[in-house]
Amino acid sequence: MDRAIAIDVSHLSKSYDGHRAIVDISFTVQAGEIFGLLGPNGAGKSTTLRTLITLLTPSSGSATVCGLDTVRDPDRVRRLIGYVPQERAIDRFLTGREHLELLAALYHLRKDEANKRIAELLKLVELDAHADRPAKTYSGGMKRKLDIACGLLPDPKVLFLDEPTLGLDVQSRLRIWDYVRMLKARGMTIVMTTNYLDEADQLCDRLAIIDGGIIKTIGSPVELKVGLGGDIVSLTLKEADRIMGLESALKGQPAIKAVRTTAKGLDIRVESPEKALPVILESANRLGCSVEFIQYNRPRLDDVFIAHTGRRIEDPALSNVE
Amino acid sequence: MKEYWQEISALTMRWVLRLSREKFSMLFTLVQPMLFWLIFFGNLFQRAADSQVTQAPNYISFLAAGVVVMTVLNNGLAGGVDLLFDKENGFLERLMSTPIHRSSVILSRFIFVMTITSLQVLVILGVAFLFGVQPATGLLGIATILVIGMMFGVGLTAISMAMAFSVKSHGDFFSVLGFLSLPMIFLSSALVPLTAMPGWMSVLAKFNPMTWAIDAVRPLILSGWSEALPHVAMVVVVMLVFDALCLYGGAKAFRRAMG
Repeated sequence: MDRAIAIDVSHLSKSYDGHRAIVDISFTVQAGEIFGLLGPNGAGKSTTLRTLITLLTPSSGSATVCGLDTVRDPDRVRRLIGYVPQERAIDRFLTGREHLELLAALYHLRKDEANKRIAELLKLVELDAHADRPAKTYSGGMKRKLDIACGLLPDPKVLFLDEPTLGLDVQSRLRIWDYVRMLKARGMTIVMTTNYLDEADQLCDRLAIIDGGIIKTIGSPVELKVGLGGDIVSLTLKEADRIMGLESALKGQPAIKAVRTTAKGLDIRVESPEKALPVILESANRLGCSVEFIQYNRPRLDDVFIAHTGRRIEDPALSNVE
Repeated sequence: MKEYWQEISALTMRWVLRLSREKFSMLFTLVQPMLFWLIFFGNLFQRAADSQVTQAPNYISFLAAGVVVMTVLNNGLAGGVDLLFDKENGFLERLMSTPIHRSSVILSRFIFVMTITSLQVLVILGVAFLFGVQPATGLLGIATILVIGMMFGVGLTAISMAMAFSVKSHGDFFSVLGFLSLPMIFLSSALVPLTAMPGWMSVLAKFNPMTWAIDAVRPLILSGWSEALPHVAMVVVVMLVFDALCLYGGAKAFRRAMG
């Protein structure tokens, strides 16, 4: 087995009651990286995650975690992973400490070992002062921290986070991001689902954009953005009849990758804005085009998502519960 | 084996902790069946019920066996409720992602429900005792009553869990529960003997495993071993079949729900 590969998913499909939740997806996750599954609700992210943590049996294809098959060797897979579910999977009547004690018993830890680890985790997620209060008195952010502590209790090789910051306030969100980065720094492999573009952009080393149960593209956020073919300079011209002339003047220039006309001007895809801008402005001057407005955009993950799925991730029509 | 026990005892302790945090619920869980049925219903029908028909010294002593088995029925049918909530809020998924034996969660629930039910049965027999109902078969008879209760309870809890794993929402679960529980009581020998029922009801009641349980518990309270033993032997057979069917269905529902 290649030691660097933590997860290997090969032609995985899962259907429920005739509905194909994921279709023939394949990807690998390197040990020690943060891998994201980005997509709208219902895209198949959670189904993929649940298959990897052995809670679902695939309809076809296979997946391995640390070299172990999730179907043939589920028990050994479960010993290596931690899971933080999407819902606040908290028993409101139990205290934070009791949650961790219960899980410690389920991971078959010895009492002294369990107590030591629980104390460390409570400190890590800053819940030590509230450890003996019932979870029903916790805020949303505190519950999420407890969720994460539960996921970390087995000291997993791979941690699975399902929508880790869904519904959290900005401060709690940033705190969770800090934890995730810290865990990566400790060498943990992390697989997370998210439908937040900024979260995927900020946190993930690599991500797969998934929509309609199909992986549309995989790469690092930078690769995906670069893959779109450079930055975009948008020009708005005062005289619409000069647009075509400028377009043909720019086409074929070395600094320009592509030119597309818009209603009031041009969208020019460029490799390096430093080289392209002088060329564009010089051509415009030469042809007597008055530039009313000029805008320069780095492609965002949003553009990547649109380019691969044909729609925005925030599309309200898609925000059904997965 | 040691690991298995560690899992089951930790999960069972969770149910105990939960109950201990819900003091009101604990009180009402323990008090409700005997309060409503034994004290009110028993005393209410004390004179209205014909002792020639019930073949008992008074109605409360006749009803005691019915209330014991009704308690088992209520607890058993509600036994899956907490798992249903665990399923809905994702806690079950969290448990299932740990390296536990799949059966530990289920077994912990059985142990907890059976223990609570046995305690309630003892409370009911205690209150019945205050109204002058003395079990004819003594302590061994009480132990036998508890065993019968548990055998019936296992099947019922399995049905309840199967429902918990199969229903789409807890609304469905409670509708079915409400729909099941009363007909089960009326179509059994809990409130009147089969001989006093309209023909069609007594026919239906014969197919109700609850009737078999009550018909074994009743002589243990009212008559004595010689009359009770054949009924006890019979109910053991009936319950073995009942439990086997319910456990089979429950296991199937569980496996389906767990993908």
